[in-house]
Amino acid sequence: MSKHKFRASTLPVLATVGPVSLWLAFFVAIPLLYVLVMSFCSIDENYNVVFQFTLANYRNLLDVNYLQIYVQSILIAFFATAFCLVLGYPFAFLISRTFQSRKTILYMMVIIPFWTNSLIRIYGWRTFLGASGWLNRALTALHLIDSPVEFLFNRGATVLGMAYVLFPFMVLPLYTAIEKLDQSQLEVSADLGARGGATFFNVVLPQTVSGVFSGCIMVFIPSLGYFYVADILGGGNSDVIGNLIERQFQSGNNWPLGAALSIILIAVTLLLVKLYQKCGGDMQSLGV
Amino acid sequence: MSKHALVQIQKINKFYGSNHVVRDLTLDVREGEFLTILGSSGCGKTTTLRMVAGFEQPTDGKIFVGGVDMAEKEPYERDVNTVFQSYALFPHMSVFGNIAYGLRMKRIPKKEIRKRVMDILDLVQLGGFERRMPAQLSGGQKQRVAIARALINRPKVLLLDEPLSALDLKLRKQMQLELKRLQRKLDITFIYVTHDQEEALSMSDRIAVMHDGMLEQVGVPKEIYEAPASKFVATFIGETNLFEGMVSAVDGDAVSVAVESGTICGRAEGFQKGEVVAVSVRPERMRYSTSPVKGFTIQGVVREQIYVGSVLKSIVVLPNGHEIKLERLAGDVLPMDGPVYLSWQPQDARLIHPRDQEVYHAVETAVME
Ligand SMILES: Nc1ncnc2c1ncn2[C@@H]1O[C@H](COP(=O)(O)OP(=O)(O)OP(=O)(O)O)[C@@H](O)[C@H]1O
Ligand SMILES: [Mg+2]
Repeated sequence: MSKHKFRASTLPVLATVGPVSLWLAFFVAIPLLYVLVMSFCSIDENYNVVFQFTLANYRNLLDVNYLQIYVQSILIAFFATAFCLVLGYPFAFLISRTFQSRKTILYMMVIIPFWTNSLIRIYGWRTFLGASGWLNRALTALHLIDSPVEFLFNRGATVLGMAYVLFPFMVLPLYTAIEKLDQSQLEVSADLGARGGATFFNVVLPQTVSGVFSGCIMVFIPSLGYFYVADILGGGNSDVIGNLIERQFQSGNNWPLGAALSIILIAVTLLLVKLYQKCGGDMQSLGV
Repeated sequence: MSKHALVQIQKINKFYGSNHVVRDLTLDVREGEFLTILGSSGCGKTTTLRMVAGFEQPTDGKIFVGGVDMAEKEPYERDVNTVFQSYALFPHMSVFGNIAYGLRMKRIPKKEIRKRVMDILDLVQLGGFERRMPAQLSGGQKQRVAIARALINRPKVLLLDEPLSALDLKLRKQMQLELKRLQRKLDITFIYVTHDQEEALSMSDRIAVMHDGMLEQVGVPKEIYEAPASKFVATFIGETNLFEGMVSAVDGDAVSVAVESGTICGRAEGFQKGEVVAVSVRPERMRYSTSPVKGFTIQGVVREQIYVGSVLKSIVVLPNGHEIKLERLAGDVLPMDGPVYLSWQPQDARLIHPRDQEVYHAVETAVME
C-alpha cells in the first residue's frame, strides 16, 4: 500500500521539484555554505586557507580603515537611493498615467539600458565626463570654462554611476505600485477639495509606500556592492564595501576575510528585507 | 419654475477625438430638485456628469453652478461633490478617515470634524462603524460611506453616477428609498445618473432622457411615461406598441392615422393632415375582445401568453406580422391562436412627431454612406 502510494504520488512531485531543488542546492545553498565555512577559516603565512576555526576574520572587520569605508559606502548608497527615488517617483508616475503609446516608449527607456551591459554603460559615462570627454569639450567650446574640470574620481561620480545603473530597480517597483492605484481615487480627492500636493501626500504616497520601500532596498543594497562603478568612476577615491570584498579575493588574497565581509553584507540584506516585510511590504514587488 | 436654476448647462458639446459624445446639451437643474439623467449605456451620461464635476472640459458650451461660470474652476474649487459608481473609497483610511477627508482638506478644526462625521454616520445609518476599514464593509455599507463622504462638505450639488448599480435588487430598492429620504432631509440638489428606468421613475422629481449624446426629453416622471416626446423615449421608458403612419383626418383634438393595419385613432393637438407620425399605445392600455366589437378595432391572433405573477402578458400578431404587446391583470386566459380584436381609448394613444434629430440622424447616415 505505502509502496504503491510512493510510486503514484511522490514520483511526479520528485520529478518536478527535484531538478529545481538540485539547481538551488548546487548554485545557491552549497556556495553560500562554502562562503560561510570559509569565513570561519584561518590562513597560513602563505595566504593559504586552512580549515581551522577562528573568529579573527569577523574581528578584523572592525578595523578603523574598514569602518571608514563602511560609512563612505553607506553614504554613497544613501545618496544614490535618494537620487533614484526623487527622479524615479515622478518618472514612474508619468509612465503609469500617460496614454498607451507614450507609456511603451517611456517603459522602453527604462528597460533597454537595463538589458545592456552595465559595465559598458559605466565606461560610457567615463568617456562623457572625462577630462577630454564630451562634456568638458562642450563646455570649453561654449567658453564656460577655460580648462577641463575634473568630474570623475570623486564620490559624486560614484553616486551618479550607482544611481544610473540601478535606476530601473527603483522605477519598476514604483511603477507596479502606482499602476495599482485607482485613478478615480485621485479624482475623489480633488472632488473633496484637495489640491495636487495634498492628494499626493494623503492618497498616492500612502498607497505606494510598499513600492518606495522595495525600490529603495533594491537600489541601496547593490549600491553597497557594485565595486566596478566605484573603480571606474570613483577611481579609488570612493570605495564601497564591494571593493573591500573584491580586494580580499584578488590582490589581498585573504579569502576568509572576504567571505566574512560577504556574510555580513548578506545578513544586512536579509535584515532589511525582513524589516520591509514587517512594514507590510509584499515580497512580489521585490521580484521574489 | 418656482425655484431658480442652480446648475445651468448651456449647449455643451464633447468630442473624444472625432467621437461626438455629448451633443448640444442644454439643461437647467433647479435648486433642491432630484434630477435623473436616464439613458442607455454609452449615451454620454457619465461624460456629462464629469464635465459638471470638472474632471472633463466641454469642447464647447458653458456650465454654471449658482450663477458662476465653471470654465476656469478646478474640481477642488467647485461646490459640487460626486459619488462614484465604483465607490472609490480610500483603502488605507478607516470609515472615519474617508468621511473626514473633505473636512480635513478644508482645514476644519478637529473637534468639529469629529462631530460632523459622527452626525453624518448616524444619518446614513452607519453609527459605530467609524473604525472599520473599507475592506471590512459590505457593498451597501461601502456605498453609504461613499455617499456620506460626498455629503460631508455640504455641497450645493451632489452628483451620483449609477451609485446603486453594483448592489443586489433588494438592497438597491432599500437604498433608493434612503437616498430619496436623505435628499429631502438635506435639501441638496441631486443629479443622479442611471440606465434603470424604473429607478428613474420612482426617485426623480424630473427626468432628463438622453440618447446618443442628446437630450430627448425633460419632464416629470408622469409626463415622460405618458407623453413621450420621441420614439426613443416611448420605447426606452416602459414597454409600448408603436405604429407608424400618416395623419388622415383631424377633427378638433381627435386625430385619425392611417397605418398599415388600418386606420387608428388618437387624441392630440397640433397635428396636420398628411403629417408622418408614430403612435404609441402602452400594453396596459390595450383593450381586447374575442368577438368583433363596434367601432375601431385591429384584428390579430394570440401568439403567446406569459404569466408574471400579478399580470398576464400576451403577444398578438397582426396580419402584417407586426407584434402587439398586451398586458392585463391576471384573469381569463385568451385562447391560443384564436382571433382577438384590439382597441383603445383615443386618449391612450400618444402621437409622436418624428423629431428633427431623427431626421438629422437619417440625413447624417445617408451622408456617411
Ligand atoms: N476618456 C475617453 N476617451 C475616449 N472616449 C471616451 C472616454 N470616455 C468615454 N468615452 C466614450 O464616450 C461615450 C460615452 O461614454 P459615457 O461613459 O459618458 O457613457 P455612459 O452613458 O456613462 O454609459 P454607461 O451607462 O455604460 O456608464 C462612449 O462611447 C465611450 O466609449
Ligand atoms: Mg457611465
